[in-house]
Amino acid sequence: MLNSLKRFHWLDYVILALLIVATVTIVARIEGALNYDWRWEKIPNYIFRYKESEDRWVANLLMQGLVSTVRISIYAGFLALILGVILGVARCSTNLTVRMLARTYLEFLRNVPPVVVIFIFFFFLSEQLIVALNMESWARGIARQEDNAIWTFLFGDMRRFPSLISGVIVLALFESAFVGEIVRAGIQSIGVGQREAARSIGMSQLQEMRFIILPQALRKVLPPLANQFISLVKDSSLVSLISVQELTFKTVELVASTRLIFEAWLVAAAFYFVICFGLSLLFRRLEKR
Amino acid sequence: MSARDEMITVSNVDKFYGNFQALSEVSLSVSQGERVVICGPSGSGKSTLIRCMNGLEFHSSGSIIVDGISVEEGSKQLKTLRQEVGMVFQQFNLFPHLTILENLTIGPIQVRKIAKAEAERLARQYLERVHIPEQADKYPAQLSGGQQQRVAIARSLCMETRIMLFDEPTSALDPEMINEVLDVMVELADTGITMVCVTHEMGFARKVADTMVFMEAGRIVEVAEPEKFFTNPESERCKLFLGQILEH
Repeated sequence: MLNSLKRFHWLDYVILALLIVATVTIVARIEGALNYDWRWEKIPNYIFRYKESEDRWVANLLMQGLVSTVRISIYAGFLALILGVILGVARCSTNLTVRMLARTYLEFLRNVPPVVVIFIFFFFLSEQLIVALNMESWARGIARQEDNAIWTFLFGDMRRFPSLISGVIVLALFESAFVGEIVRAGIQSIGVGQREAARSIGMSQLQEMRFIILPQALRKVLPPLANQFISLVKDSSLVSLISVQELTFKTVELVASTRLIFEAWLVAAAFYFVICFGLSLLFRRLEKR
Repeated sequence: MSARDEMITVSNVDKFYGNFQALSEVSLSVSQGERVVICGPSGSGKSTLIRCMNGLEFHSSGSIIVDGISVEEGSKQLKTLRQEVGMVFQQFNLFPHLTILENLTIGPIQVRKIAKAEAERLARQYLERVHIPEQADKYPAQLSGGQQQRVAIARSLCMETRIMLFDEPTSALDPEMINEVLDVMVELADTGITMVCVTHEMGFARKVADTMVFMEAGRIVEVAEPEKFFTNPESERCKLFLGQILEH
């Protein structure tokens, strides 16, 4: 039975043949009807280019975008985890006000389209925060310093730091709601006996949460959290809308200036795919251990 | 014994779950060092009564005073109270993500604020007392039920409590493991700690109890010394119950 699942049936050949025909037709249409001129040879140059003045290879648009996407994803991932744990704990709080606030936040995010949420977070929170903290001039100060290699490694071009940070904050706020729901499910999956045992040795609610409930809950929800992180990487393309210079933004730029529409987008898609599929393989392997 | 030796005083306690009355007009006093065994048919309120003694649940009216502290919902003294009162559960409730040693030391370190080395010394001493010092670095899931329950007893002892509550400690165990737990409890009884124990193990009760309590339908029906309780109980209901569980 299991063996037959791995062998091709005649129906499989038919389906595959139909798919191939469909693909060829679409490609032929693009070539013929649209008269599209494929220029794949131009693409490598937009990933890495040779800088003659410095006699070395440097990252160009697409690679810059990719690196930026990775940075944003990692920082936003950490921030979303922290916020999400707080939110998840708040959702299980015994205090009604705290529970209501957490629930309101969650329902807002669930019932408003992501793009709208991102604009709202950007204009109402992120921008205000950056102005309030005077981040703009601080970042420019660092950009002017000679010795800013660490900063550049961590955050890229420091002149763009405020934009990067608002991207991270917006994305983290957006994802935190989903992380919070996962954490809440984890907390609620821990049996009441654990709470009673913790209480009966005199632990406070905070200690009970920190030492007994959360460590068990987080371990349980590690697989869905990993999936959420993959979603976060994909959702990071949304922050291109607020001009954060990540992969999608850079691809838009590239397409606008070179008209390499299909090539550029296919490369961007491949980049996202490699990261996300790579992560999912990695998490699957970690899960098995 | 005189009133000043009283460790637990339950007076006129009622407890409701919605419309269901789990405890009605329960009064009981336990003096220091006394060993009380509570028995009765299931649903008679035995567990509810001892869970009210350390504030895992709260009574609806009447009063419960444990070691001078009144047990009330939201009381600031609850934490102090729980440090005085250890509890052993039917389902052990060990912390599965911590090793045996960590299960024993987390209370002393986090709640009693004892130094780690001292807490570990204490933990090993109590593991010795429950006869499983060699299991210190394992996780609860690697132990048998009987061993887990002994760890749970040691965990409570590590808090150096003066009162121990047992909520059917052997009911979830395979028959061959019951004795190893009861043996530890008998040894514990000899140390002079105050014990309140809900159990159906009548052999154990006969061996250690100073006072037997029989409950039915949320009321205390009979309180007697074991000798009298087992040979000549006053109430018919108690006779019937003892007949049923002692028969075979």
